[in-house]
Amino acid sequence: MQEFPQPEITETNKPFWDGLKQGRLLFQTCPNNHRWLPARDFCPHCLSEKVSFVESSGRAKVISWVVYRTAFHDAFKDRIPYNVSLVQLEEGPRMMTNVLCDSNALEADMPLQLEIQSEGELAIARFRPVEEPKHITKVTT
Amino acid sequence: MNNLTRMRGKYVIAGIGHTAFGKLPGRSTVSLNTEACRNALLDAGINKDAVNALFVKVPTSARDFMYGQKLAEAMGLRPKLGGSWDQGGAANVALISHAMSSIEAGQCDVALVCYADNPRSGNRQVYSRPRGDDAVYGWFSTAAGYAMIQRRHMLEYGTRPEDLGLIARACRRHGSENPRAQLRAALTAEQYLASPMTLEPLRRDDTCLVSDGGAAVVIMSADHARSLGVSNPVPILGIGQGQTSAELAARDTLTSTEAEVSARTAFAMAGLAPKDIDVVQIYDCFTIAALMTLEAYGFCPKGQFGAWAAGGRLEIDGDLPMNTSGGLLSETGMPGLQLIIEGVRQMRGTANLQVSKASTCLISNQGGTMHTHGTLILGN
Repeated sequence: MQEFPQPEITETNKPFWDGLKQGRLLFQTCPNNHRWLPARDFCPHCLSEKVSFVESSGRAKVISWVVYRTAFHDAFKDRIPYNVSLVQLEEGPRMMTNVLCDSNALEADMPLQLEIQSEGELAIARFRPVEEPKHITKVTT
Repeated sequence: MNNLTRMRGKYVIAGIGHTAFGKLPGRSTVSLNTEACRNALLDAGINKDAVNALFVKVPTSARDFMYGQKLAEAMGLRPKLGGSWDQGGAANVALISHAMSSIEAGQCDVALVCYADNPRSGNRQVYSRPRGDDAVYGWFSTAAGYAMIQRRHMLEYGTRPEDLGLIARACRRHGSENPRAQLRAALTAEQYLASPMTLEPLRRDDTCLVSDGGAAVVIMSADHARSLGVSNPVPILGIGQGQTSAELAARDTLTSTEAEVSARTAFAMAGLAPKDIDVVQIYDCFTIAALMTLEAYGFCPKGQFGAWAAGGRLEIDGDLPMNTSGGLLSETGMPGLQLIIEGVRQMRGTANLQVSKASTCLISNQGGTMHTHGTLILGN
């Protein structure tokens, strides 16, 4: 088993990863109220250097997703099939994540709630559907 | 006449060259590039001494420091301008545009634009690499990004696998008739739908080939081509570019890109509209990329691709033949210069599957996960 992939933790994004360890999902904002992820030293909209971290409510919705049926890394061999989902936080920023449900139950705009999980020393922001999925679409391949 | 339209037809592709496609073990990218460039110079009928610019797209799977200079050394060139350039598969169109601008500015006269790579017999790790810190979610590979975009297109517009299959089937039909193509197997609708889904919703047959090979074109002004006695120059009527740039999570939308801007520039320069185009070579690294390009360019109403393309519209006997040598899905998975070369052949009337009386050919290039885009319109 290869080691779980690690993020490259920098001065810039350390608050994001530390925040998850403390149970908080942080995004960034500037005095003009632009909001974004991942963490940067300058606002990508107005280029202000006055950036700060703000805690997300943890509410989000599904934008899109893919399902891996093969693993590109040994750490994911035992997890296939698994989804990688693009979600939008209630506050606006979008991020990649995993949604913790049967991938066949995923739907556009499905409401989600943050669930922080441990991967060894690392804390990762994953999401779970707010309601039990109503139906499961069988994929015919 | 503005600066853009003043360039219409002023520059030409004077020569084209390429290597064999497929698996070429033991060949370095410098060797493949040298062969492609030599063939392009032979095709143009000019001596290498006429070349004073060498622009090369960085080999995707085998990046190298000062690569442009290594290639110039191998070809015994001391160009005024040269170097390697990285913006993924849209680099070919970008480098042709740089060549035109540099010639226009009097900085050089004749430019070689080339690309080679050997991921099939070498290392293809670049295509399965972790995508930054998002690897913690299992986010790996180039294909996954296109799968994510395809899913969103299916959600927003009801795009069906069968619709994407129309692209794969057109490319595979044309490739099956191309003796140089790496994959010469036509594809039925049933075979397409039965193709394995390793990264849902992508099917294997939505996915381009991995190929060794090289390709090159010679760029100069139409005037210079006349003075050098170039026998078959093909005029560049329009060229444009656009860069979406952001990673998927930082985009407001997954289903529109700067391909629209790129096409607008190229059509404006050429003074043409989609209805004036006779044949297209559309970058088909994944079928969704080609579908969205045809939408962005205005060939097809957005979200209505399936109905628009039905009945073989994109096939050689249809209204808008696409990827007449097989594209990335069938001829070679090389990132895009081969599409430009096929466009030149169509305008010369020398293509393997020639579109009769074709007088305009549009070519699209794109790179990354639709991060960059380039459009080229050729005439005759």
